[in-house]
Amino acid sequence: MEYVNAIIQGILLGGLYALFGCGLSLMFGVMRIANLAHGDLAVLAAYMISVLVSALAISSYVALLIVLPLAAVVGWLLQRFILDRSLKSGELAPLLVTFGLAIVIQSMLLEIFSANTKSLSAGSLGTASWKIGTQISIPVFTLMVFVVAILVISGLQLFLSRARTGRAMRATADDADTAGLVGIDARAIYAKATAIAVATAALAGTFFAMRSTFEPSSGPTQLIFAFEVVVIGGLGSLWGTLIGGIVLGVTQTVAGQIDPSYSILAGHFMFLLILAFRPQGIISTQAARA
Amino acid sequence: MEPSSSHDGSTLLSAVGVDKRFGALVVLHGVNVEVRRGEILGVVGPNGAGKSTLLDILSGAQAPSEGSVIFGGREVTRSSASARCRMGIGRSHQIPRPFGDMTVLENTLVGAMAGAGLDRRNAGDRSIEVLARFDLLDKANRPAGSLGLLDRKRLELARALASDPSVLLLDEIAAGLTEAETDELVATIAELRAGGMAILWIEHIVRLLTRMAGRMLCLASGRVIAEGAPEAVVSDTAVIEAYLGSAAA
Repeated sequence: MEYVNAIIQGILLGGLYALFGCGLSLMFGVMRIANLAHGDLAVLAAYMISVLVSALAISSYVALLIVLPLAAVVGWLLQRFILDRSLKSGELAPLLVTFGLAIVIQSMLLEIFSANTKSLSAGSLGTASWKIGTQISIPVFTLMVFVVAILVISGLQLFLSRARTGRAMRATADDADTAGLVGIDARAIYAKATAIAVATAALAGTFFAMRSTFEPSSGPTQLIFAFEVVVIGGLGSLWGTLIGGIVLGVTQTVAGQIDPSYSILAGHFMFLLILAFRPQGIISTQAARA
Repeated sequence: MEPSSSHDGSTLLSAVGVDKRFGALVVLHGVNVEVRRGEILGVVGPNGAGKSTLLDILSGAQAPSEGSVIFGGREVTRSSASARCRMGIGRSHQIPRPFGDMTVLENTLVGAMAGAGLDRRNAGDRSIEVLARFDLLDKANRPAGSLGLLDRKRLELARALASDPSVLLLDEIAAGLTEAETDELVATIAELRAGGMAILWIEHIVRLLTRMAGRMLCLASGRVIAEGAPEAVVSDTAVIEAYLGSAAA
């Protein structure tokens, strides 16, 4: 029964990982940018929320509503003024630029907030849970994060398959030069994709900070989880990030049930196993390509 | 800019004094081209003459090293490819480049929405119209990547048309097709010209262009070596030497 409980906790935790993964997947899918600052942008958003919460005496959720559009603007500006330039200089440049950005964000946070750990209050939701029988308890907050993750991923999927900008995004992802020749302004599309990606990172970062403590150097760990989620699920598949998140989450919680110190390590091992035996990920998009 | 109302033969798209160099390599030198309203301008020339580069420069895929591109009386040399498409310059590639993961319908929808600026409803109507024109309606919901060569060529043209161009730049649509397949596409292009569209058409098969083009231009080693009526161009000694001679040998 403990294992059933661990599996349920793992599935729910997968929602948070999927939220981290989907923005990374979107940026990689549309622009082939592996954004190494993804985790740090998420942590930056958590710090912004903690500042708003103490300055305005509002709840973390209200602060989140303020930070989400800000994060989208940050993403838009980041693409327009920094990443676009780097894209012109080959494949290595965006990687180096986002790596640099990650270091800048971490150092800046360390300078302003010191290395002390912080956490965000999740309100009464943070401790509430539903008990099923005596062994299984479902934390309401984690369940909410899972539901939000599903909503975000379905929303993104719907946007990509139906919306005008979404279709243009897929066309640009497929072939940016040809997209230009049918009238699509790739730069505008890229800026929108990064805006969405950074907003999802901010959302994930906030939930992460409500769930556990964070510090200026928390970003890279979240980035690694996000990468693992994207690779496990299958590059370029949004639903794949949810599956990847669940696989990673369940592996961590089940291993944690055996010995808590194995939890993270087991997740990395699962990632390596998938990489070795199914490098295209669980959901493969290769079949659809000609 | 209504293509059907402009049969007056005035210049719609032109390249003026265009040079294109890649380091020491000169691909185009002092090229002047004008495409007039309602005409088919055929462009011939041996491999490596710079024909596709010329199309790239007219469509905005590449910038010229020198010279300018004028469209509808406006200088567009520095406008992006996407901006030129929205102004009315359509283009098809020699090797079709469909958005392979998207359906056939979505390919034309993207052209109609981004290129012609139509809303979803009108873009849908426009897509159905162009897909019907190229006999692709029954394949509208198939992934474009699953199409065979002829259908890819059809889609390439359908997508370019979806963006409602007033000038169409065609790059070797006959390449790889049988004569019967080519005839079908050629018939559609003849209809477009009859509808008033200006067309610049690159083709390797010279007799196809002599049949279809109002004027012809021969490019060799990056220069225009002959221009005028198709019969005059194909019987020009310089052209025969540069192109037909080498092709016949």
